[in-house]
Amino acid sequence: MSGDQVTLIGTVAVVAQVALVIAGAPWLAGLMRQIRARLEGRAGPGPGQPWRDLRKLLRKQPVTATGTGPAFRAAPLVLVATALVVAALVPLAATRTPVSGHADLIVVVALLALGTVSLALAGLDTGTAFGGMGASREMTVAALVEPTLLMSVFALSIPAGSTNLADIVSGAVHDPARLATPTGLLAAVALLAVTVAETGRLPVDNPSTHLELTMMHEAMVLEYSGPDLALIELGAQLRLTVLLGLLAALFTPWGIATTDGWAALLLALALLALKVAVLGALLAAAEVHLAKIRLFRVPELLAGSFLLALLAVTASYFLTGA
Amino acid sequence: MSAIGPALAAAGALAAAGSACGLALPERARPAAVGACTAGVGAAGLVAGVSALRGQLWSASLPDLLPLAGVHLAVDALSGLFIAVCGGVTVAAAVYGIGYTRHGLAGRNVQAVLPLFAWTLVTVPTAASVSTFLLLWELMALSSLLLVVAEHRRRAPVREAGLWYAVMTHLGLVLLLIALALFSARAGGETFTALRAGAGRLSPAVRDTVFVLALAAFGSKAGAVPLHAWLPRAHPEAPSNVSMLMSAAMVNLGAYGLIRTGFDLLDGGPRWWGLLTVALGAVTAVYGIVQAAVATDLKRLLAYSTSENLGLVLIGVGAALLFDADHHDELAALALAAALLHVVNHAAFKALLFGAAGSVLHATGTRDLDILGGLRPRMPATTALFALGALGAMALPPGNGFVSEWLLLQALIHGLAAPGVTTAVLLPVAIAAIALSAGLAAAAFVKALGVGFFARPRGSAAQRAVESPRAMLAGMGLCAAACAGLALVPGTLSDALGRAVAASGTGTVGGRILVGGGLDLRLAGFTGRLASLWIALALAAVAAAVPAVVRSRARAPRRSDAPLWDCGAGAPTARMEYTATSFAEPLQRVFDDVLAPEQDVDVTPVRESAYLVERVRYQRRVPDRIEHRLYLPVLQLLARAGQAARRLAGGSVHRYLGYGFTALVVLLLALAVTR
Repeated sequence: MSGDQVTLIGTVAVVAQVALVIAGAPWLAGLMRQIRARLEGRAGPGPGQPWRDLRKLLRKQPVTATGTGPAFRAAPLVLVATALVVAALVPLAATRTPVSGHADLIVVVALLALGTVSLALAGLDTGTAFGGMGASREMTVAALVEPTLLMSVFALSIPAGSTNLADIVSGAVHDPARLATPTGLLAAVALLAVTVAETGRLPVDNPSTHLELTMMHEAMVLEYSGPDLALIELGAQLRLTVLLGLLAALFTPWGIATTDGWAALLLALALLALKVAVLGALLAAAEVHLAKIRLFRVPELLAGSFLLALLAVTASYFLTGA
Repeated sequence: MSAIGPALAAAGALAAAGSACGLALPERARPAAVGACTAGVGAAGLVAGVSALRGQLWSASLPDLLPLAGVHLAVDALSGLFIAVCGGVTVAAAVYGIGYTRHGLAGRNVQAVLPLFAWTLVTVPTAASVSTFLLLWELMALSSLLLVVAEHRRRAPVREAGLWYAVMTHLGLVLLLIALALFSARAGGETFTALRAGAGRLSPAVRDTVFVLALAAFGSKAGAVPLHAWLPRAHPEAPSNVSMLMSAAMVNLGAYGLIRTGFDLLDGGPRWWGLLTVALGAVTAVYGIVQAAVATDLKRLLAYSTSENLGLVLIGVGAALLFDADHHDELAALALAAALLHVVNHAAFKALLFGAAGSVLHATGTRDLDILGGLRPRMPATTALFALGALGAMALPPGNGFVSEWLLLQALIHGLAAPGVTTAVLLPVAIAAIALSAGLAAAAFVKALGVGFFARPRGSAAQRAVESPRAMLAGMGLCAAACAGLALVPGTLSDALGRAVAASGTGTVGGRILVGGGLDLRLAGFTGRLASLWIALALAAVAAAVPAVVRSRARAPRRSDAPLWDCGAGAPTARMEYTATSFAEPLQRVFDDVLAPEQDVDVTPVRESAYLVERVRYQRRVPDRIEHRLYLPVLQLLARAGQAARRLAGGSVHRYLGYGFTALVVLLLALAVTR
């Protein structure tokens, strides 16, 4: 197979996976809401509602809150841009893409943190009590999430000998026994807890509340409306989709195209949609049974997940290296 | 023909000229002339450092300059890196200082000492013998001390800060003196060449003593916990251009001293040296940034962040020592390269941040974040520059701090290949410490930027703020350009870093650590690749494309303003805004056990009834806990010992003669017994 064709398939894979993430993100959010509604005994608006909301919001006139500056205006763009760059970097559908050499797990983590920071700055830029409160809580959680995240990165990179996502994923595809080790399982649990915290889901934050005592993410974005709000919502949905896709790629990598071929790519894209939908459905079903925990209990949850990640790393050493 | 010698000579001449200008010229012409000369000193240092990084070597020996020992100077790539960093910071700080002359800072003493301090910064790394090094080191400490106390007439805390700095820096000097004197006595010579040659003959106990003392001495200069107490006092109280020099240039020389002694002179040691240094660095990084996250004083926050970043450098140096002890040369070289790159990056963004903080102080007269705010429309350039520096300090892409932290993490992650249970436990903990400090740094700098510069003014001082003079903006602009360059094309430094690491005697001979194609940074011996320029371009492209798409969908694309949502209760006032204290409150609660904040609630009831409250006073302070628990007891003990010692000196001549006699007898007895 010639080099040109590899590049072509790889490029198509990146474009296709980004397009799938953009198109699928609102549907994933809708699906999760619908599942929650059904489990709670409500009819629910159907999975297409977030998509309709986005279309409606995009058509409205953009409005800026008085007294805010570039930080407020740029935050939705940064949020969406970081999520999209991450969506392109992570090998969701294929491991041999033109960008797979740059798909470093630390870079992915840091890009997502950049989105969080820009939103927190926007919250502070409004100068309202709500904005400051949301920003303060979000940064507290984000700061405490970071050690667990990097520890999981560390645990995952040990078998592959690299923090490159394509290496990690293709290594796991060819050697599935890696995933069944204590290291893999502990890292999976730790990363799941972190994903919940990063995307503002229960039990860390409640995405559907507007009660000031409980909210974090919603408090920061209270002043947004119209197209800006649409971007914020889309950004949040993209982050959730990408993180679930990342989890799927790391812990159930089967189906991701590691060779070049159109059929493999199509299968990979279909499986990606399926895996993320199943993960989202499980998360939504779990959320029904959870209550939001107090803000000051969140560190305990994160400390627990950090401990799991630390165990994952040391376990890998004692099981393989000793 | 080496450019290093002439450049260093030019630096010396310019420093002398600058000091003369500071003493002789009238006040109006003084800052510009002194600033130009100091900038010249920095530029000469930059030239010398860059030449050394390109592979030139230089050494000189001036036997007549100093009695008994003479002066020995030598420049290799390792010293070149630090000379270049100090020189670059000096240029920016000197240009900045031309505009920063309010409140008597254009005075004769300050302006005359400034070029001298700049000169010592660029010459300390050139020292090649113990006496020369100690002399320059002490000259640096003294000149910076004089600059720290420059504003002692205006603010009382300056005097206290100066006292702390003077005492602690000299305690560090004593430790260093013991370490190097012991080293040179046992090695049989005081030039670095003799030390290198004699290091192998030293007994392990002597080597360990030398290393531990040097670690304490250089660690205290670098702000390592628990010897950091002077740093968050002295750096904020110094005039801001001096803060730039101290926080971005002087602290690095602590790292330089440690690398020079640990790797070059002692040529590595047992594993526990590395473990100790990594542990020290990890504790410093986390403690420093936790304090920064709850600080409300802008410059104090930056000073604690300096302590954090030097902690990260120490983690890199310690990891390199550890890998070196295990003969993993490639890993050691990678870890040391990461530490050196972080020194460079930290210097760039910290000089920028201290400059911007100085601009805020210049414009508002306060450093208290709780009464700042709303500076963005009033000081747009300063705000943008601070934001750029904060991006670097937060270690997020596309900032420059991210590049070196990425490299450091790569070194540690690949380092698990090195065997040993201690490695398997310590390296993950070190990575967690780096991650936690990065997360908390994000919180601290979101607070500094969001509360200090955005939203509405919380006090009248911030309301009257105006943009800084051009010279200050130009000085910060130089730092900003350096930050941007380091962030986008870090690959250009890879050869220089390789040479600097090789000069320290680590790594394989001729082995490359980093392959820099200019545009991306690759590890040579391991898989790992970072293309910061492409990431920045991709982010910019998406962020530019999204609004175009959005605009095409909108029916009414014109943007309009609307008032903030006020819950139907009237316009929100500045008092309703989150302050720095309230922003940090959740973090302070989480780290309650570490910080041990002091709370004081004082309820005054009305006279008629104890149940009706007239006034509630709530006070909270977050003191530096280590300072409280470690230093105050020692100080009290010393004071008590001093009181007790008074009784010995009663004024009676007979008693004093008795003391002399007893001492002589005891000494003779001791000699008789030991001989």
